[in-house]
Amino acid sequence: MEANVTINKLNTRFSESIVETHSYRGDDTAIVRKEDLLEICTFLRDDKELLYNFMMDLTAVDYLGREPRFEVVYHLYSLAFNRRFRIKTRVSESDCCVDSIVPIWVSANWFEREAYDLYGIIFKGHPELRRILLYEGFQGHPLRKDYPINKRQPQIGPTN
Amino acid sequence: MGIMDILRRKKGPAPEVIPSNPGDDLHLLGGSVILTKLQAINSWGRKYSFFQYPFVTACCGMEFMSVAGPKYDLDRFGAALPRFSPRQADLLMVVGTISHKQAPILVKVYNQMAEPKWVFAFGVCAVSGGFYDNYATVQGIDTLIPVDIYVPGCPPRPEMVIDGLIRLQQKVAAGNWSDFPKGASPVSPVCDIE
Repeated sequence: MEANVTINKLNTRFSESIVETHSYRGDDTAIVRKEDLLEICTFLRDDKELLYNFMMDLTAVDYLGREPRFEVVYHLYSLAFNRRFRIKTRVSESDCCVDSIVPIWVSANWFEREAYDLYGIIFKGHPELRRILLYEGFQGHPLRKDYPINKRQPQIGPTN
Repeated sequence: MGIMDILRRKKGPAPEVIPSNPGDDLHLLGGSVILTKLQAINSWGRKYSFFQYPFVTACCGMEFMSVAGPKYDLDRFGAALPRFSPRQADLLMVVGTISHKQAPILVKVYNQMAEPKWVFAFGVCAVSGGFYDNYATVQGIDTLIPVDIYVPGCPPRPEMVIDGLIRLQQKVAAGNWSDFPKGASPVSPVCDIE
């Protein structure tokens, strides 16, 4: 099936690195080991039959209670072939870091800062990994599921 | 020294004083002189000439435009002229949600305004944070700066805003000079609360 070109190529080339794939209603997804993320991303961008040259979205999900706890999600788009692809990689809480893909797609810069800001995931090799939406001095990462719902930040007024 | 003494001391022929009621100083010179306290007439002038600084951050701004526009027309109450410099304003209209990141800016704008000054919390988010009880929203601007009038509503109807403005005018009219200066508000002190 034409839609599964990417999954087939990845399975052939990186059979060791692919944890799981699925293709639900045409949304091709591969869950990859985080150690091989950079290699796979470079392949997806540069392979002549894929050319995923557009990193559309990067975000994270907190599956509290599951191990590994976090998932970092990448949405790719190939302008040449009008194809979309999703990569996920799992990140544990104890080793809460993943390689930065800014060297591959510059557009990941602010997305990774956002994911770091709200989830506290470290992106190794990011050129400027600091908070982007919240302010310096904010304590904690508010989109983590264990962030207290009524936590007040100390910087803002005596009673906030 | 009464007004009669002042009038008597003027040179030239004494002006003809025709009180409507004998002994009633309030009707001197055919009613062209009024007697009042300086503070009272000053407050009267202030309450009908608010220069507002619209600190508009969210959707309440649409309702603010509605109440400031021709249909409801805040100009009827003397509060029509928005100044976009806090130095020239004496009424801070806080219209909309104030996030933590916005908070130091709001305090800075408040501190830049010259005394006397008043603060109008427009909408439930400015009043209490509204339903944004989360990590990013200030739970009412009165945690940052003193507030004179609270108008809740999401957004408030123009009638509510006008009612609030009239109440603020009453407050200003009843105010004393000793209420000012109120002084600067602290700019988000960093402290350890756990």
